[in-house]
Amino acid sequence: MRITLTVNGEEREADVWAGESLLFALRERLGLPGSKNACEQGECGSCSVLLDGVLVCACLVLAAQAEGHEVVTVEGLGSDGRLHAVQEAFVQTGAVQCGFCTPGLVVATADLLARRPDPSEDEIREALSGNLCRCTGYAKIFDAVRLAAGAA
Amino acid sequence: MRTVSAPARKLEHGRVGESVLRVDAIPKVTGEFAYSSDLFAAGMLWGHTLRSPHAHAEIESIDISEAVSMPGVHAVLTHEDVPGKKLYGLEFADQPVLAINRVRYFGEPVALVAAEHPEQARRAAEKIQVQYQPLEPVVDPERALEQEDLHPERPTEEAGYFNDPRSNVVRTIVIRHGDPDAEGEVSVSGVYELGIQDQAFLGPESGLAVPDGEGGVDVYVATQWLHVDRAQVAPCLDLRPEQVRIHLAGVGGAFGGREDLSMQIHGALLALHTGRPIKIVYTREESFVGHVHRHPARIWMEHRANHDGKLVNVRVRILLDGGAYASSTTAVTSNASSFAQGPYAVANALVETTSVYTNNPPCGAMRGFGAVQVCFAHEAQMDKLAAELALDPVDLRLRNAIAQGDILPNGQRITGSLPVAEVIRRCAALPVPEPEALPRDAIRLPGGAGNVTRGEGVKRGTGFAVGFKNICYSHGFDDYCAARVRLFADASGELGAEVHCAAAEVGQGVTNVILQVARTELELENITLAPHQTATVDSAGSASASRMTWMASGAVQTACRAAREELESRGGSLASGDEVDVERVYRHPQTWPLDPETGQVQGERAHVAFVCSAMKAVVEVDTELGLTRVVWIGTAQDIGRAVNPQAVYGQIEGGTAQGLGLALMEEIQTRDGLITNASFTDYLIPTALDMPPVDAVLVEEPDPDAPYGAKGVGEPPTVVATAAVVAALRDATGLELTRAPVRPDHLAGLTA
Repeated sequence: MRITLTVNGEEREADVWAGESLLFALRERLGLPGSKNACEQGECGSCSVLLDGVLVCACLVLAAQAEGHEVVTVEGLGSDGRLHAVQEAFVQTGAVQCGFCTPGLVVATADLLARRPDPSEDEIREALSGNLCRCTGYAKIFDAVRLAAGAA
Repeated sequence: MRTVSAPARKLEHGRVGESVLRVDAIPKVTGEFAYSSDLFAAGMLWGHTLRSPHAHAEIESIDISEAVSMPGVHAVLTHEDVPGKKLYGLEFADQPVLAINRVRYFGEPVALVAAEHPEQARRAAEKIQVQYQPLEPVVDPERALEQEDLHPERPTEEAGYFNDPRSNVVRTIVIRHGDPDAEGEVSVSGVYELGIQDQAFLGPESGLAVPDGEGGVDVYVATQWLHVDRAQVAPCLDLRPEQVRIHLAGVGGAFGGREDLSMQIHGALLALHTGRPIKIVYTREESFVGHVHRHPARIWMEHRANHDGKLVNVRVRILLDGGAYASSTTAVTSNASSFAQGPYAVANALVETTSVYTNNPPCGAMRGFGAVQVCFAHEAQMDKLAAELALDPVDLRLRNAIAQGDILPNGQRITGSLPVAEVIRRCAALPVPEPEALPRDAIRLPGGAGNVTRGEGVKRGTGFAVGFKNICYSHGFDDYCAARVRLFADASGELGAEVHCAAAEVGQGVTNVILQVARTELELENITLAPHQTATVDSAGSASASRMTWMASGAVQTACRAAREELESRGGSLASGDEVDVERVYRHPQTWPLDPETGQVQGERAHVAFVCSAMKAVVEVDTELGLTRVVWIGTAQDIGRAVNPQAVYGQIEGGTAQGLGLALMEEIQTRDGLITNASFTDYLIPTALDMPPVDAVLVEEPDPDAPYGAKGVGEPPTVVATAAVVAALRDATGLELTRAPVRPDHLAGLTA
């Protein structure tokens, strides 16, 4: 089936099989592999994207459900060749190791700071508790969130 | 085709000892970094692996006829289609590429499918008719010693090991040191058990295999050691090594779980069979059976000591379940043996370690590699001994701390840096946060938001643990790393350098280490690191055993100095278009194997060097609900010298999280050998809500044998964290807690 959706501000079309997730369509049909495929059952947050401005796991949304909707992925956060403040903060604080969780955490953090520009420690932990990271132990990710909050 | 993990990478500034931002951080935050699951090639097909639903069964027949005729299917392969050697393995070739007549674990690969869409491949795999005759699985490692031999050909015999004739033995090591019967004035003993831990790296096993049209194949894969992959892949394909080129694709974490092969041979087989590029990506469920795990262990220890607290004799028996195939079990067995007594000087010891084959999930390398399991046991014993002697647990450890000049039970004298007493003192001195008042927000109660009490049953406890392990490969292994340096003059006459090293960047930051070393040695601004591949440079060895910083530093330093010498011999400059191109191999000081009978080292050293760490954990336990909260962790870690301090802290924090996971939540559950929790819904790893702040102190005492004095830092925090967290739980509850992970029913007193 053919779907039309807006991805990172651009109207895109994709020919998908009815059982495909939005994540598969982004990664394999639309050339946007930034959203990651760590569990594909909504447990790890690696595929976090914004669907009409709402943070979702792209693996739990069917591609067909995104028909006519607006999706923002990690590839769409920066502008004019510049990093988003959250991306810059992840680089500066050493919050990236293997980096597989990073795109999802960047999108989730951008979403958090859009809603709560100055989150408390507990709010940061709770907001990011749906994004698994296996490398960092989260300490430098929290540093990145605080740095980005200060910069915003 | 998008098959290169990253463009040539350049470090903007930074030499050895400076905190330098990761060169791959920007492509990783923008989503551009190409991991092994992100690859794509024109005409690509999807591979899928049919796996055994049984832990142990005879295969009576395999019928692929219906599967082959399914829509979109291009190939269905079984063991009959493996053109070369049918068996492979990291250290012993005991594992079939595809099952032959018998399956020995749940999830063992049986057949392969290539199709145009991954769903077509999955559906075709369901149509492969495999007739199994289920057999009784060997699942108890103790009974395995008397049950049917799962590998009657005994693959690990004649490897220079102690001859243990019992069934299913992978390796037995007996170390006798001093008088193994020596008595002390007091004695404490205990039996300890650890479950199976999974590496749970986030990037699933995946890769792309591309036929070269001339009978060879390029494999782009996430791995820890490119050249050892090639050494296993080529014989099974019946190809010469140079016909198989392994390229490092972006690695989404490793932690030991990518030392063994996953899709490498399977993808290459399908690619050569179909003439098309093949992409394989495991699901999370498949990943749980797609790599080896940390060995579950049963450990008995007896510590004999005098009233002054000095250890007299440590007696240990360790049983490790290696699962269905050997992987690196023989080396894990020797590591567990080496570090069983902990970082303490003891004049007498008896250590008997046996690892066995069973029909449980295969086990091999995971961060800490045998040292994690014994640290959990020896540190519980040290606390028990302190209680028996009415001594302060930290003081007891200081009285026994091993130091330069002391001798390990395997006969090796400590000659390099090993500041055990210093890490103990520095860690013990870290201030512990004040208890937090109740009532408080549920998110800061044990169990988090799910805890609906006011904290009435909450008790606080503090635990302390010390551990050590080896750096680099041991016991006579020819451990080396190659690097190649190309100096050139660019169009404007400026000197630049390109460094080649196959050291796998798995997230630990070795890419930065390589570039920092090159900048330090060459004193140039324009330095890039070429893509990692087998075709352009010799082996780097494995990104494991906390060895890659040491080994890559040695190799790059040696190659850079050789390149400078060559440049100077040419008058110190190059004409535009000219270049210097040198490759050098670095080896660390020699090690020797153990005598199979006595367990004593047959030369000066069994291990080239050691690294130690101390950790203090504060926990709260809701003793009524059995829920926990780790409040704070402090640690002092021996690191030799920090090459990139920011990355060192990152390794310590992340390694601590994995040890905390084993203490509190991480265990692969099996029933009759079948994994019952192969998902992130049921196999839990620490989240942002589970991790406390980690207050880390770096102890820099450069190792005389290490390039720049730098030791690896990846494993020590994981070695000690499980022991420290469980010690804190014991302190909070007064319970013995001899098994990790600790479960809520243990803490609520419902089970022992």
